[in-house]
Amino acid sequence: MRRDRPAAAAGRSLLNWPSAPLPGSPAEADGRDVSATDVPFVSFESLHFGYGDRPLLEDVTLAVPRGEVVALMGGSGSGKTTLLRLLGGQLRADAGRVSFDGRDVAALDRDGLYRMRRRMGMLFQFGALFTDLTVFENVAFPIREHARLPEAMLRDLVLMKLDAVGLRGAAGLMPSQVSGGMARRVALARATALDPALLMFDEPFAGLDPISLGTIAHLIRSLNDALGATSIVVTHDVPETFAIADRVYLLGAGRIVASGTPAQLRASDDPYVVQFLHGGRDGPVQFHQPAPSIADDLGLRP
Amino acid sequence: MIDAVARLGRWALARMSGIGHGTRFFLRLCALAPAALARPRLVVDQLHVIGNRSLSIIGVSGLFVGFVLGLQGYYTLQRYGSAEALGLLVALSLVRELGPVVSALLFAGRAGTSLTAEIGLMKAGEQLAAMEMMAVDPMARVLAPRFVAAVIAMPMLAAIFSAIGVLGGWGVGVLLIGIDPGGFWSQMQSGVDVFKDVGNGVVKSVVFGVICAFVALYVGHEARPTPEGVSRATTTTVVASSLAVLGFDFILTALMFGTD
Repeated sequence: MRRDRPAAAAGRSLLNWPSAPLPGSPAEADGRDVSATDVPFVSFESLHFGYGDRPLLEDVTLAVPRGEVVALMGGSGSGKTTLLRLLGGQLRADAGRVSFDGRDVAALDRDGLYRMRRRMGMLFQFGALFTDLTVFENVAFPIREHARLPEAMLRDLVLMKLDAVGLRGAAGLMPSQVSGGMARRVALARATALDPALLMFDEPFAGLDPISLGTIAHLIRSLNDALGATSIVVTHDVPETFAIADRVYLLGAGRIVASGTPAQLRASDDPYVVQFLHGGRDGPVQFHQPAPSIADDLGLRP
Repeated sequence: MIDAVARLGRWALARMSGIGHGTRFFLRLCALAPAALARPRLVVDQLHVIGNRSLSIIGVSGLFVGFVLGLQGYYTLQRYGSAEALGLLVALSLVRELGPVVSALLFAGRAGTSLTAEIGLMKAGEQLAAMEMMAVDPMARVLAPRFVAAVIAMPMLAAIFSAIGVLGGWGVGVLLIGIDPGGFWSQMQSGVDVFKDVGNGVVKSVVFGVICAFVALYVGHEARPTPEGVSRATTTTVVASSLAVLGFDFILTALMFGTD
């Protein structure tokens, strides 16, 4: 787990992709060169997206440097998961550009998209395990589909992946026989089965008990570093995310309302950031939906 | 007035778009079928789920349909003094018409709903999305093997339905009523044409298999990913498959036997 970095150390704009690890980041602590190139590994540029006539994302620009754990945070419905779907090519932006390792995702055909996805691993909110397959077969699934490995080698590989998440002993169980936290760890093992360059986590902490939550948070950081991968974590869980993320983007009303290192955001006096981090009932995000006065609705006025 | 025209236009565009989407889905399933056959394990697993598990309802239904055909056929034929033709009547009714149609209706209710619910729940549980993100095409990995298995299973189930139905007719006609067993079988043997009657029945059941599988998979794939959406989808599968089978049965019958 990482610690907070000094707020003063991060004075530059995060949209200028750094060529060195952020001060105080786990990457810097490990002495790793997280940026083989100045081009961000993942970037969203002036992105607009909506469902029908309802805009969801407006002019979103953000970058994910190679090797970092980047958190996308914000309230429910702020478009965090949509950003992951746009990056995975499951949705197409109305305007703007999404790029992965320098390539425009929207310009890829089906084969190109599938080649790109082989370099990605995604953990879905509730695991999305295949319910008719055992834990072992769930992890083996992407390997079986993409690699022709001898069964003995495949077995060793799957057991190593399961061991990394502490579930080698659960290999023979069905998904219905494991807890929510274990299912999330199985899904994490499956997401890393092909040693992806990019890991995406969609609400990995949702609905977990504190122990499972801490375990998953630790695994996200440690697997990212062990695989030399880059991770994007979509979440609204502040303490766990701030403990593992190198940088955080805060979304609100379809826009990036704040960004920075966890320490920068903690030091921020932006009303939205303050309300989000401290769970304020009222602030820029109103508790009440706009409505006529309650006296009018209840017919209490003469 | 303008609003009404606009609504009609939107409705028509939505319907056309739906037809186009469904057609593309169907063509894609057909295009992926050979690749599914290249992974026989996937198809065999689905044959077990779709075919084997439908056997009991197909067998029992075939037996009772045969019983009823035996009784009704006998009461009609004996008025004209041709009760020995009962075997022929039972066999032709089953092989040409009731075997393919009734087994397709049962198949839509038993296997079709199961396919729709399975695909709908996989979608709701993000399993299909997870597969896509693993660079595995769910159409090729999940839907196409089920489609191929259903198309293979349907004629087999129809044949089993007809065979058991004939035995049911024989039981009622020969064992219960006491008509001559030699006449029962010989009339059937001389009156049923392998290519014209059995062959056309097989063609019908293959077409019905394609219809039932396509409807079940398409409706499941397009289901809203909610409990209510999946529930509606299973109902839609039964209704749409049954109507399509009955409609196509008329068309196929007219094409096959209409000029006799």
